[in-house]
Amino acid sequence: MSTEAARYEGLGRPIRGPRALTDDWARFWHLTYNIARNDFKLRFFGSALGYLWQLMRPLLLFGVLYVFFTKVAKVNNQHAPGQEHYGVQLLGSIVLFTFFAEATAGAVRSVVDRENLVRKIQFPRLVIPLSVVLLASFNLALNLVVVLGFALAEGVVPALTWLELPLILIFLAVFATGLAMLLSALFVSFRDVQPIWDVVSQILFYASPVIISVVTVKEKVGATWFHLYMLNPLAVAFQQFRHAMITHATPSVGQALGSWADLLVPIAIVVAVFVLGFTVFNRSAPSVAENL
Amino acid sequence: MPKAAYSSEAPIVVDSVSKTFRVPEERSHTLKERALHPRRRTRHQSFAALRDISFEVGRGEFFGIAGRNGSGKSTLLKCLAGIYGIDSGRIWMNGRLSTFIELGVGFNHDLAARDNVVLNGIMMGLSPREARARFDAVMDFAELREFEELKLKNYSSGMHVRLAFAVAIQVDAEILLVDEVLAVGDAAFQQKCFDVFSRMRDDGRTIVFVTHDMGALNRFCHRALLLERGAPVYLGEPHEVADRYLEINFGRNPAADGGATGRHGDGEARVLDAWVEDEDGERRGSMPQGHRIALKALVRFTVPVEDPVASVYVLNDEHVAILVATSAREHESSGHFDAGEEALFSFSFENVLAPGRYNPLFTLAHSGTGLDIMDRFEGSVSFVVTAAQALGGLIDLPVEVEVARRPATASERVRA
Repeated sequence: MSTEAARYEGLGRPIRGPRALTDDWARFWHLTYNIARNDFKLRFFGSALGYLWQLMRPLLLFGVLYVFFTKVAKVNNQHAPGQEHYGVQLLGSIVLFTFFAEATAGAVRSVVDRENLVRKIQFPRLVIPLSVVLLASFNLALNLVVVLGFALAEGVVPALTWLELPLILIFLAVFATGLAMLLSALFVSFRDVQPIWDVVSQILFYASPVIISVVTVKEKVGATWFHLYMLNPLAVAFQQFRHAMITHATPSVGQALGSWADLLVPIAIVVAVFVLGFTVFNRSAPSVAENL
Repeated sequence: MPKAAYSSEAPIVVDSVSKTFRVPEERSHTLKERALHPRRRTRHQSFAALRDISFEVGRGEFFGIAGRNGSGKSTLLKCLAGIYGIDSGRIWMNGRLSTFIELGVGFNHDLAARDNVVLNGIMMGLSPREARARFDAVMDFAELREFEELKLKNYSSGMHVRLAFAVAIQVDAEILLVDEVLAVGDAAFQQKCFDVFSRMRDDGRTIVFVTHDMGALNRFCHRALLLERGAPVYLGEPHEVADRYLEINFGRNPAADGGATGRHGDGEARVLDAWVEDEDGERRGSMPQGHRIALKALVRFTVPVEDPVASVYVLNDEHVAILVATSAREHESSGHFDAGEEALFSFSFENVLAPGRYNPLFTLAHSGTGLDIMDRFEGSVSFVVTAAQALGGLIDLPVEVEVARRPATASERVRA
């Protein structure tokens, strides 16, 4: 082996083919950021009203749901504690869910749609799904400004618990990133991932405290099912967001689950999804250019 | 097999690289199909795209990779670039690398030039700051300064290519991997590209250039590798590579097409066989230009014949006789032949034919006008002439070119 090694001494860096990651983190970040930025620009300046349309989607959904569920079908127990600022709670959850849906559904086709890059340029493949998540984060940041304005106008009082918000957003972003990696890698081989994910995404919308408050859910489904319901990472993120940002009258995740220790389960789910997503993506990355 | 150590300064070392594509015979694209047929393994066909390729490129070398479509040359380039992984062997790169597989990768038509230039620059390996700093140089080179606010979708295809190329050459890589990007654009643009690559070569950058343009190969490359079906055929001088490339391309089995068609004559003699020989007496289906070539016909006489006349017509693809030769002119009398006797007629000349396929047509006639034909033999042999470059003429005679300067007269100078 020593002669073998001597033959190759001082030859520069070996070319190992495409990978999900890279040693050159600066380039990794520049690529991710600039792809997301260009896509954002496209949406922003794509039409005359630009960003307004981008904002209209969650706002219109909010308007429809708000009118329907407060005026027509009164699903929530409006006298239960924590129902004040229902509008802000609803909008906050919609904005968070919009981020989740954009990041995951947008990632599904991302690698396949960027075929021309994948087949023509060497770059760390993980840039593609991450740029989709980053793009969704840009939108989330702008939408949160609207939520903040709406909350202050509604009379929500700033509290120390607002400091929890970055943690909640990171928790949600890690979950979305894990799924984005998983879905974009699977879609290369299985094209029905897309319709399946559309449906799953819809289910998650209704299986999370967006429209219905956790108090109402607990009243309707009983303690055991409610406990399961609260293990959903989206339920954790949305509910803690409502508690920390809008009103302490609505239970925190700890209160809803019974103990903070139970929070380890959704955290474990998020970590597991992230690790699974990364593993699947990392395995498919070297050959994805050939399999497209 | 022990090999010598590679030289450590070499910017590119490729050591017995192989790559196999697995092509599924029946592609199941959905989970449903998988679920319905869980036991059915997708059968794969293996396709060896690259077989045991080794070479080394020196610093400042312009290295060509030639081959026909599907020979694996682009796959090799993508392996060098790290876009495809390799199954066995190793590749080393020593220096900053840039790949030109396609111009304008990732260009978005709804964005203005600036955003595209920056993103494309980052793709090619620049930092965002470098990419932004070079934007002016890019726009100047592309001659698109007045259109920099325009969205790319409003660019003409020529402007598009100019912009893409201008970005690509801003990347100051030490090693450039170039696919046939030069095939795009008009002649003037191609010339500009060639100028840039010549300049880069003179700057001492290492360039690997994939092409099937043998003219470009000869003009630019110091050395070249010829691939055929994924395997290395020849590594060496570009002109030798070019000759072999054309042989592979045209001379694959020249005797296979055609057949003993079009025989006429009274049958008092038969052309048994006709072929093309090189100067060493080897039968060839293709001949490089500039060497001696011999067209030979073996004839058997069925009856005694006095002074037969053999002629050869060399017809090109359009059935135009490019060259006609006859034994009557050289030998007033070819003598007497008995029944059953055989004779070998040979027509040799310096090969000045333009590159392309030729069909020789042999006739054997009775003495006299040459119109009293005993046998006419065509189509059974054809041959290909190979040359580095097709200039467009029917023949390529050695031409001496001189330029004589004539000083302007005083009166002409005044007018100017």
